[in-house]
Amino acid sequence: MSSSGPENLDAFRAQLRDWLDANAEHAPRRQVLAPQDDAAVGRWRGWQARLADAGYAGITWPGAYGGSDGTPAQRVAVEQELTARGLSGVFDFIGIEMVGPTILVHGTEEQRDRYVHPLLRGDETWCQLLSEPGAGSDLAAVQSRARLQDDGSWVVNGQKVWTSFAQHAAFGILLARTDTEVAKHKGLSMFVVPMDAEGVTIRPLRQITGDAEFNEVFLDDVRLARDSIIGAPGEGWRVALTMLGFERVGVGSGLHATPLDRLVAAVHASEDRDDAGVRVRLGQVASELLALRHTSERVVEEIAEGHVPGPEAGLIKITSVTASLAACRLAVDVAGPEALVDDEWGHQVSALPGVRSAGGTEEILRNLIGERVLGLPPEPRVPTKAA
Amino acid sequence: MYLALTDEQQFLIEAAQGTLARHDTLEGARSALDGAPGPALWQTAAEAGWTGLLIGEDADGAGLGAYEALLVVEQCGRVLADARLLGHLAATALLEQAGADATLRGALATGERRAALVDAAAGERSAPVQARRAGTQMVFDGRVRSVLDVPDADVLVIVGRDADGACVAGVVDADADGITVTAERAYDATRLVGTVRLESVGATALAIPADRTRDGADLQRALLAAESVGAADACLELSRSYAIDRFAFGRAIGSYQAIKHKLVEMLRRIEGARSLVVHAGRTWDDDRAAFALAANAARVVAADALDYCAPETIFVHGGVGATWEHDASLYYRRAELARRLAGGATVAAAAVAAVLLDEAHLRTQRPDTVSALSVG
Ligand SMILES: Cc1cc2nc3c(=O)[nH]c(=O)nc-3n(C[C@H](O)[C@H](O)[C@H](O)COP(=O)(O)OP(=O)(O)OC[C@H]3O[C@@H](n4cnc5c(N)ncnc54)[C@H](O)[C@@H]3O)c2cc1C
Repeated sequence: MSSSGPENLDAFRAQLRDWLDANAEHAPRRQVLAPQDDAAVGRWRGWQARLADAGYAGITWPGAYGGSDGTPAQRVAVEQELTARGLSGVFDFIGIEMVGPTILVHGTEEQRDRYVHPLLRGDETWCQLLSEPGAGSDLAAVQSRARLQDDGSWVVNGQKVWTSFAQHAAFGILLARTDTEVAKHKGLSMFVVPMDAEGVTIRPLRQITGDAEFNEVFLDDVRLARDSIIGAPGEGWRVALTMLGFERVGVGSGLHATPLDRLVAAVHASEDRDDAGVRVRLGQVASELLALRHTSERVVEEIAEGHVPGPEAGLIKITSVTASLAACRLAVDVAGPEALVDDEWGHQVSALPGVRSAGGTEEILRNLIGERVLGLPPEPRVPTKAA
Repeated sequence: MYLALTDEQQFLIEAAQGTLARHDTLEGARSALDGAPGPALWQTAAEAGWTGLLIGEDADGAGLGAYEALLVVEQCGRVLADARLLGHLAATALLEQAGADATLRGALATGERRAALVDAAAGERSAPVQARRAGTQMVFDGRVRSVLDVPDADVLVIVGRDADGACVAGVVDADADGITVTAERAYDATRLVGTVRLESVGATALAIPADRTRDGADLQRALLAAESVGAADACLELSRSYAIDRFAFGRAIGSYQAIKHKLVEMLRRIEGARSLVVHAGRTWDDDRAAFALAANAARVVAADALDYCAPETIFVHGGVGATWEHDASLYYRRAELARRLAGGATVAAAAVAAVLLDEAHLRTQRPDTVSALSVG
């Protein structure tokens, strides 16, 4: 799969289509922000394993770690074919989009060997132990402490919060403070934590939707082996920035957007479909959703051409949340207020405000894009010590 | 953001920037408000070959697609140059589609003559133009307000509805019997806008399939969108440099989030609109049936983008932004008039809804219909 070129891509796509014809029956339907019970999660993970075994997950990753040595264009082709058929991609997007690539960049040879392949198959899924009650936007302020022991192992104490999918995860990637004597960004290190280790307590945290996809995670004297550190001690912030970079440019930045065809169907099914005001609103919201779709496609094209998208790709997330909320409001307006408690619109209405904060708030994104893309001067930053 | 452009397209953009730089279009836009004649951009457009962009090579045109036209017009919008291309390109696209007389197309391609599109869908809130067939002629009756570029045009392409409600088109010299064109006063003085009255106007019928006669009006909306993206981008650039240079309370104002986040919002809206303009340009050649949706959506999002960027640019500049001398107000004038042209951005939104609901309707009747919308 290593060589590129359009003929090669056509062949790749043809093979992929054949494979999907034969395997699609095992795939869960693509859904937006839908809650998942254990059985559904199990099925979805099985689908991820199938994709991985066929070489359709971790496509651009090195073959030595279970990847396919493929091209960004092939990765994009897989995403497009799955979307076109309304099929889900991998279950563990945190692992595949963020943690895996970070381990490939910063991990040791042994760590890549140990973690990457089971991650790819979804045999071991991952969560991100980054945010804390006192450190969200200002992530470098984390207080969880990892102390080096005489035998080279580490002992961790602290609390993490809003940890998505910790309940399914085999491992968490943990940002903790290893040095309190230096400036706050300098005293951090990144670790791998087995979620079943002694001293790890996962407590589900109910969200606005009523479901608990995220959790509080308590770390009490958790002992981590010497080789569980990713990168050198004190390099945690650099590793975190790598990971957040992958997060912002993930192919799926527009993933949580309300599907346009569902909105149109809702208006079409309602008594208001001939109302001029409703039609203008539909046209406006639909145009925003189309702008979102084609902006995502531009970013995807960029990835397919081998470019790394800039931070402005983060604008997609802002548009996605804004346009989706407008879409949900319109759908509920035409369907009637009971739709606020249904599984589709009601669920999205409750989930979207959280999406706006997940992975970095809108304000933080705007700061980043204003400074990195538009070249505006930074806000004054107060240098602080951690503890 | 990165855009996949061919070398030719890149060249076209750079050439357009070079050509436009020869005129002080912004000063022209300002002095036109006091009645001064604007720069002679039609001549420039003809020399640059823009007048023949959509006309075939068989008639001295460039034989290019809508994408190229949109790129040129975006550059015009950036510097508020109005070369009368919006009426002309929309009209010539229909003539090209109909394979109209080569001598006529040739004169339009070289810029010897100028065309405008008269379509109630491209004018402001009017009843449709009535059309009836008389031999090889189409006879048109009606009145359309706020038609772009129609005063002093040489050739009119008229789109109306026949008794069965079908869309039909014809072409006629602008000085033919029964045509009255009255220039309207324009808030943005770079613009040429007029009211057209048609009384039993006999025009040469154009052979265009009924479902393609709206392409002219839709193209005009896409062109307005491209132009708005250019203008909005210029607003962002003005605001950006001011936000870096202007200091208040000992800091550049761009370091304040109230300003910084506003500028990022401009960028967000511009990028969304640009994506749709690009998409519209591509569908013109690759998937014409999808053009109406793309063009109207582009129009909606681009009008909103410029609507946001232009006044916010005034605010970012504080007091100086509110002066006659500052360019910000010229973009504001452009925004206020542009969103109301070619039927207005609201009509474009209704058109988007109409395409989508019609498609949904078809799907309920034939559930296996493949939809462009099946993807998120
Ligand atoms: C659904 C969901 C899933 C999540 N999943 C995970 C996960 O898996 N792992 C994980 O580690 N975390 C996760 N998070 C946490 C998320 O990353 C944080 O909520 C986010 O970074 C914001 O941090 P905070 O909640 O502490 O808010 P704060 O940082 O306290 O922010 C509060 C408000 O202040 C604003 N603000 C803060 N600083 C500035 C500034 N400099 N300029 C302007 N405004 C500012 C913010 O924009 C926000 O509006 C998740 C959150 C949600 C909602």
